[in-house]
Amino acid sequence: MAKVLLFGRLADVAGWRERELVLPPSLTSLRDRLAGEDPALGAALSGPGVQAAVDQVLTRGDAALAGVSEVAFLPPMSGG
Amino acid sequence: MITLSSDAIDPGALLNGFCAGRAATGAVASFTGLVRDEGGEARALELEAYAGFAETAISKAADAAAARFDLQDVLIVHRLGRVEVGEAVVFVACAAAHRRAALEACDHLMDYLKSRAPFWKKSHGPGGARWIEPTDTDLADARRWDQETT
Repeated sequence: MAKVLLFGRLADVAGWRERELVLPPSLTSLRDRLAGEDPALGAALSGPGVQAAVDQVLTRGDAALAGVSEVAFLPPMSGG
Repeated sequence: MITLSSDAIDPGALLNGFCAGRAATGAVASFTGLVRDEGGEARALELEAYAGFAETAISKAADAAAARFDLQDVLIVHRLGRVEVGEAVVFVACAAAHRRAALEACDHLMDYLKSRAPFWKKSHGPGGARWIEPTDTDLADARRWDQETT
C-alpha cells in the first residue's frame, strides 16, 4: 500500500486529501485510474500547472511506481 | 531554521530570541507579514503545505539566500491552517555582519515566500472561499532577483 495525496483545489474537487492505494505500475496508469473513478478529478489532474511528486521529488512525465510509498498531486503553488 | 506550524506567531518573542547571544552580528533585519482584510473582502487565510516537501524547498531557498547575502543565520516561521485577519502569517529574520545584506536578504526571502514557496492559499470572505494564485506583482518582485547579479 502507498499513500496518494491531493492538495489545494485538487482535494476540493475530489473530496479527499489522502488515500491508501495499491499503486499501479506507473504514474500515467495512476492518473488514468483516478480519472476513471472520478472524471472531475481526472480533468483537474490534467489541468495546467498540475505537478506530481513521487516520494517527495517532483517528477516530469511518466514515472515507474514500483516500491514507491507516496505520490502527491500538486496544483499550481500560490506562495504564502 | 524553518518552522511551518499552525501555532500563533509572536513576532516580538521570535525577534528577541533571534537577536540573543550574538557577538559577530551587526545587523538583524526582520519582516512580519499580517493577514489583511482586503477592505472587508477577507476574514481569514487558510494555508496548506506538503509536509516535508515544503520544508525541504524553503530550506534550499534559505541556504541559497545565506550564501548569496553572506548571512550568519536565517529564521523563517510560517503559519499553516486558518489564520485570521490581523494575525501574523509569516516571520522572517536574517542576521549578517552589516545591515544591507540583512535587509536585502529579508526582502529576497519574502519575494520567494510570496511567489514560489510551495503553499496553497485560500481566502475566506463573506462571499465564500476561493483559492489564490500569486499576483503579477508577486511574480515581478520575485523576478527582480533573477536579473540582478551578486
